[in-house]
Amino acid sequence: MDALMHLMDGFGHAFTPMNLLWVLVGCLLGTAVGVLPGLGSSMAVALLLPLTFALDPTGAFIMFAGVYFGGLFGDSTMAILMNTPGQSSAIASTFEGHKMALSGRAPQALATSAIGAFIGGFISCVVVVFLAPVLADLSASFGPAEYFALALFAFAATSSVVADSVLKGLVALVLGIGISVIGIDSVSGTERFTFGVQNLFDGISLVTVTVAVLALGEVFFIASRIRRDPNRAEIRASGRPFLSKSEFREATPAWLRGTAIGLPFGVIPVGGADVPTFMAYGLERKLDTRRKDPQFGKGAIRGLAAPEAAGNATTGTAMGALLALGLPISSTAAIMLAAFRQYGLQPGPLLFDRAPDLVWGLLASFFIAMIVLLVINLPFAPLWAKLLLIPRPYLYAGIAVFCGLGIYATSASVFDLCMLLGIGILGFILRRYGVPLAPLMIGMVLGPLAETNMRDALLSSDGSLAVFFQSPIAVVLYVILLAALVYTGVGRWRARKR
Amino acid sequence: MTQDSHLTRRRFGYLAYGVLAVAAVSTATGFSIKKGAAAGDLSANLTLIAPAGAGGGWDGFARETQQAMRLSGVTNNAQVLNIPGAGGTIGLGKFATMDGRADTVLATGSAMTGGIALNKSPVGYKDATLLARVAEDYDVLITANDSSYQSMDQLVGDWKSGKKFKWTGGSAGSIDHLTVAQIARVNDIDPGTITYIPKSGGGEAIATLLSHTTDFACTGYNEVSDQVEAGRVRALGLAAPKRIAGIDIPTMTEQGHKVTMTNWRGYLGAPGISEDERAQLIDILDATRKSEAWQDALKRNQWTDVWLTGPEFESFIAADQKQTDEILKELGL
Repeated sequence: MDALMHLMDGFGHAFTPMNLLWVLVGCLLGTAVGVLPGLGSSMAVALLLPLTFALDPTGAFIMFAGVYFGGLFGDSTMAILMNTPGQSSAIASTFEGHKMALSGRAPQALATSAIGAFIGGFISCVVVVFLAPVLADLSASFGPAEYFALALFAFAATSSVVADSVLKGLVALVLGIGISVIGIDSVSGTERFTFGVQNLFDGISLVTVTVAVLALGEVFFIASRIRRDPNRAEIRASGRPFLSKSEFREATPAWLRGTAIGLPFGVIPVGGADVPTFMAYGLERKLDTRRKDPQFGKGAIRGLAAPEAAGNATTGTAMGALLALGLPISSTAAIMLAAFRQYGLQPGPLLFDRAPDLVWGLLASFFIAMIVLLVINLPFAPLWAKLLLIPRPYLYAGIAVFCGLGIYATSASVFDLCMLLGIGILGFILRRYGVPLAPLMIGMVLGPLAETNMRDALLSSDGSLAVFFQSPIAVVLYVILLAALVYTGVGRWRARKR
Repeated sequence: MTQDSHLTRRRFGYLAYGVLAVAAVSTATGFSIKKGAAAGDLSANLTLIAPAGAGGGWDGFARETQQAMRLSGVTNNAQVLNIPGAGGTIGLGKFATMDGRADTVLATGSAMTGGIALNKSPVGYKDATLLARVAEDYDVLITANDSSYQSMDQLVGDWKSGKKFKWTGGSAGSIDHLTVAQIARVNDIDPGTITYIPKSGGGEAIATLLSHTTDFACTGYNEVSDQVEAGRVRALGLAAPKRIAGIDIPTMTEQGHKVTMTNWRGYLGAPGISEDERAQLIDILDATRKSEAWQDALKRNQWTDVWLTGPEFESFIAADQKQTDEILKELGL
């Protein structure tokens, strides 16, 4: 109950008018940058970094936490309404979320996502408060062999998004992995697909690809069909502004399952919140096929609820990992780590002893931020849905401008803008020929994870393949994987026989 | 009804125009600020280019400088611009085209020396004007707290007798990697035989130590000092020329391993600036360095003041490049 006492003290520190103001500012700002494509919470935190010189640490970090969580609440808004996700963690929300919006359930979809983000974030904060030391042990038990097994597992778990057309799905997957290997190889220093162009040495960032393929590609696609597709009048929101009881009942288990998937990912560095969102989506889709009346593809509320909860659950534990281990899981966390250094503080095992006021105040402010964000996002769901009333030429022109602005702001490079345009056109072509985009993004996220860890594992074992099967965690993952494959295979075989 | 929807449409139309107008005006102001900075007293307006992304090492260095300049009143308006990529050589490449722009300086350091060599960069230090070395920090050699190694001699003894170790630290060719290679070199071990697993920073490096994927890590002391103090990892040696006040770790040199690699940082001026402008910029940096705010920044970041300018700085750069090139060649990078 020690933790509870500390937390109560923390609330005491957080509940000053100034700190509450910073939470609010952070949440609003985070929501705003989350909504705009290309502007991620990492950039917002980076731009706010100079503020650390003027503010006291508690105020600054409380605001950063608001921005971080706000970004995850906000990024799904455009993903659902326009099919143009603001950050990679919202990609999985486009699949069913946008379909819900298209079928006139935009406010409900937004509410589902806001509540999902709230549940995931809230539960993960509770976990962090009480289990921070256990999380530390979990992260230490993960070596490259375990990560590799996890990456394979995630590939399999997300394979259902490929299943519509195996060939097209594989094309997109390979394309994604192909893009991810561009740049200088970190181990050997070899250039891969850079053609000697310096700007490609660091590879193509996931942000650029997300914005280009998903946001800009969508803009091009809409533009190409603007005179052919019927007016969008019919997809305007239906009257009901909130979730019905039956929708609530349907979404609740998905929220909880998503949270459970997202929680452990916060402490193991696998590139942030995108992997668990895909896995949560994959699981819901698998479960859906066994129902009498499959909803997926028609705007399934569960297909939106699970990834939203998973994404925010990861963020919560990621903040815990940052505080307790000094391990930055995502780019936003990495910048916050830099901010801690500005104050001469070092996240890690000693921070809880050295600056308890700050840590517990910050943890308390997470809870406040969650509630503030829910309050901001829920009533505004119907209002956001009104975005769809803006005539499409204005709306999509605006999105295109913000895509460019976001990419240019991170690197001040014209080259990146050209790349954005080029990959955007690629995204348009893929859309035009019905190639699914999700596998491309999955390949881009999981490809490097699998590759790096396979090589790290082999380096550490002097090339012996046995390293992959020595750890119990890895073996368990492989066994589950194998069992799932056999189960699916047998199911298919039986279905065919019948 | 029709009129109503017409009105809503118009209102949203105005809104869209409004957003665009605001965006246009703010970008235009941004450009004009940059233009305005081109002339006049150098201390009135100064742009510090950090050739790395936000949150990276150079970014922190540039922002600390900016802050010290502001607080001490050395310059009225200093801004930081991030141009990340390819070990700082993208920023350097852009900087090399800013001929005569005395109002802009570029953060540089050992990582750029490595970046130029690793990326076979078409631009180098010769394409800019050398200003000064400002500060440096030191790598520390660490191992997991349950490791049986208590000293560097024990480690080097086993290494020499053929035991294979796995090392970790920052990216391939980084100062961390070079430090590992130099430990090997000064003990007549071929750096080409080192197994090195690059990670993104001290936090990740420690994670691989604790999961026993790797045996030893070289990483910036300021990244892991708390983990050392908390006893999660054990420090075996500090790659500093002499003991640093407040750090209770024996240097590698005093243990008989003359490792001289340091992670230095400094500033470059644009190519083609006049001698007078160069002197002015050095004065600005010197005044900043002496300010109280900068002393505070040194303490916070655990940097050591190693001010060096003029011909000595030039020969330092030449020696740094030579040593880096040699080691990278032996590492096969």
